[in-house]
Amino acid sequence: MTSQTVSIAITGAGGAGVMTAGQMLLDAAAKAGLYGLMTRSSGPQIRGGEAAAYIRLSSAPIDCPDDSFDVLFCFDWMNVDRFAAELPMRPNSVIIGDEAAKNPPTMITDSIARQVLVPLSQSANEIEGGRPNMIGLGILGELAGIPLDALQAILEKVLKRKGEAALLASLEGVKLGMKVASDLETEIGLDLHLERKATDKTRWSLTGNEAAGMGALRGGVRFCAAYPITPATEILEWLAPNLEKVGGTLVQAEDELASVNMIIGGSFGGVPSITATSGPGLALMTEALGLAVSAEIPIVVVDVMRGGPSTGIPTKSEQSDLNIALHGLHGDAPHIVTAPNSISDCLFTAQWTVHLAEKLQTAAIMLSDQSLGQSRNIIDKPADLAFVAKRDLVEDGVEDYKRYALTDSGISPMAVPGIKGGEYVADGLETAENARPSSSAEDHYAQLDKRQRKIDQFDYGQHWAEIEGEGDLAVITFGSVTAPVREAIERLKEEGQKIKLISLRLLSPALPGPFDVAMEGVNKALVVEQTHSKQFYRYLRSVYDLPKNTHVLAKPGPLPFRPGEIVDQIKELG
Amino acid sequence: MEQPVQQKPLTFKDYKSDYKPVWCPGCGDFSVLAAITKALAELQIPRENSAVISGIGCSSRIPAYTSVYGFHGIHGRALASATGLKVARPDLTVVATGGDGDGFSIGGNHFMHACRRNVDMTYVVMDNEVYGMTKGQASPTTPSDWEGSKLTPHGTGVSPFNPLSVALSAGASFIARGFAGDPNGAAKLIAQAMQHKGFSFVQILSPCVTFRPEQAEWKKIVRKGEITETGDLGTAAAFLATDDGFSTGVLYETQRPIYQPSMEENHSLSEIEASFEL
Ligand SMILES: Cc1ncc(C[n+]2csc(CCOP(=O)(O)OP(=O)(O)O)c2C)c(N)n1
Ligand code: SF4
Repeated sequence: MTSQTVSIAITGAGGAGVMTAGQMLLDAAAKAGLYGLMTRSSGPQIRGGEAAAYIRLSSAPIDCPDDSFDVLFCFDWMNVDRFAAELPMRPNSVIIGDEAAKNPPTMITDSIARQVLVPLSQSANEIEGGRPNMIGLGILGELAGIPLDALQAILEKVLKRKGEAALLASLEGVKLGMKVASDLETEIGLDLHLERKATDKTRWSLTGNEAAGMGALRGGVRFCAAYPITPATEILEWLAPNLEKVGGTLVQAEDELASVNMIIGGSFGGVPSITATSGPGLALMTEALGLAVSAEIPIVVVDVMRGGPSTGIPTKSEQSDLNIALHGLHGDAPHIVTAPNSISDCLFTAQWTVHLAEKLQTAAIMLSDQSLGQSRNIIDKPADLAFVAKRDLVEDGVEDYKRYALTDSGISPMAVPGIKGGEYVADGLETAENARPSSSAEDHYAQLDKRQRKIDQFDYGQHWAEIEGEGDLAVITFGSVTAPVREAIERLKEEGQKIKLISLRLLSPALPGPFDVAMEGVNKALVVEQTHSKQFYRYLRSVYDLPKNTHVLAKPGPLPFRPGEIVDQIKELG
Repeated sequence: MEQPVQQKPLTFKDYKSDYKPVWCPGCGDFSVLAAITKALAELQIPRENSAVISGIGCSSRIPAYTSVYGFHGIHGRALASATGLKVARPDLTVVATGGDGDGFSIGGNHFMHACRRNVDMTYVVMDNEVYGMTKGQASPTTPSDWEGSKLTPHGTGVSPFNPLSVALSAGASFIARGFAGDPNGAAKLIAQAMQHKGFSFVQILSPCVTFRPEQAEWKKIVRKGEITETGDLGTAAAFLATDDGFSTGVLYETQRPIYQPSMEENHSLSEIEASFEL
């Protein structure tokens, strides 16, 4: 391993404060100079119910879960078995429970991991206003080697509003927890302390959904209309107040048919517009996506994918909307499909996607997913990017304006209301160059060619894919699966194996030229994706030349890819 | 409404395009086109600052026949697109248009919510109690015993709805009914609707000479100006309870807060980004 990491799972009943403790642990780790990732998981209850926080801390940037957990910390045993499949353990992992909790489930008693009980509720009771989750925070902070001052700084920040007494009680709880943990460390010989490097870089803590929102703003989006759906809602909740700050607005629409047509209306008005949804919503939007393609109105739809089809598994990740994003439109409707390859890349890719939609005057779908959208990551503050929405507009006072003029680039300068002389009708009907409806073969061919041309001829630069390393084996992937693939490749590199990573950020259009260059020297490929029917592999086959020796590792949700299973698969290929 | 900037006032002809309508000769929609362009001329709205938005249907072809900005979108979604445009560009005058099928069937949900939302725009529905474009099927305003369609040979057996009642109960702040047989009256109603601050709904009875030839009788049945305008919900509802659908005029007007978020930029992007910092 290039960097040392520690993985901690925290579980407990609703109200136990699992998420609070987890979030504080992550933020304190960041304060202490570490990086980290936190994924949330919860039972089927709408509110309350058991919850789990999965945290991985590291001395270097980290953005995917490990193969197994070092520590499983249970505030109680309440329904912890619901999370069993998400909690791989090793013989030297430690399960920490409360002395006061009775009847551990067989998932715990039969676990291969070591088990220790600590005086959790009892310690909390010793402090006035003490809460077990603060004892737990102290224990986990100490185990990971996070110093008290970092924990204290986070407590002060979070509990500022709750008053002095609450802060003191929590601080005392954390201290007591740290004491409990240091006894434990000597008792069972546990050392999970992470090396902490001094840094002057500003750290950000954000989820992929927040990052996507920020990317949209940076890209120039000032209008959003949307209908809530898990796991995309946080993009909307983030955008609503923040659009307001920059002179934009978000409309909560009556359904996805409304939201997508509203943003088409807003964008027709010249305002870069976005909506966010998940699979069922994207399905409802596909008719309007065809309209945006045909009328050449830029829009961005972020699909935060979840397990499908239908309502599927709304709270878990999957990449199975790939087919509908690529092929769900009626007619010949060339459009853009992108995918961020990490939580932080949600920012870059959202911004880039807005830029592409605006520049190319078409519909762009960004395929994020639940695991990117709802996980929180500690990252170095990303650089500012130059991609800001810039449509080619006609001049005010234009004469004999042809909205759908046949240009070499395929991009026809657009008019927006307010521009004199630009008055035209944006139409879902096929049109002639002058925007008048036309059913002539000549106009249809010309406009189809034009809409294809602008997308095919555009220079997407280096951003179409992340290409890392060299080797005669290439692992090809996209989206959230990139991080575990990257870690698997790093592990194998340490064993002396050379492998190339190709993670596509631009899924459509396909770029055979750059892809062939990326595949130079490669004679074997492994495609890794989170679908059941090998959607990505089938797509790649249809648009790119893959080596004869190409294998697929396709696994549907709800369980995340872990680097180890990818390592195993690569080893099996020999 | 903006003040005219032109030297010479624009006439309704200036708001028409030179594009020949696809409509059947005698279709009521010709008069509605005349009414909308007359209303635009009466208010002298700069062409570049107005937009006519529609869905799909014979009536929805109207944007191309005007000379303002236009949007001919997809079936049933005119109000959604118009809402997006008006909210994103509050400086524009936005008129959504379409047929009864477009607005009350496939787009019925948007109709209800547009009434509730009260965005400052006007919605003109050319109601011919039939789907003209797809060659004569029943719409939500077609009488239940109409047997003219192969799709419903025994009639629909489904009660038609009164769009004015739906608009009233959904919270529209301006509601009127006009008749294509009286284009000047319709133009007045549309102009009044456009001046109303908030969502204004105008149903125009617009005969389909091809699939509902019996609607030629409407000119005998429709009663001009029979509706008395009120700002009282109960009075309007009471009127509709016995309304046969053939009276015209403004039914209801009231002032409600319009849906228009303030779009003032008061933060920089870096201020927003600072919230991610630890
Ligand atoms: C999604 C979709 N479904 C069906 C159609 C077919 N279609 C076109 S217009 C129309 C009905 C139009 O009726 P109405 O809105 O009353 O307008 P009219 O033609 O009578 O003016 C239908 C069903 C379509 N264009 N799109
Ligand atoms: S079919 Fe009816 S509604 Fe359509 S254009 Fe002809 S008369 Fe008008």
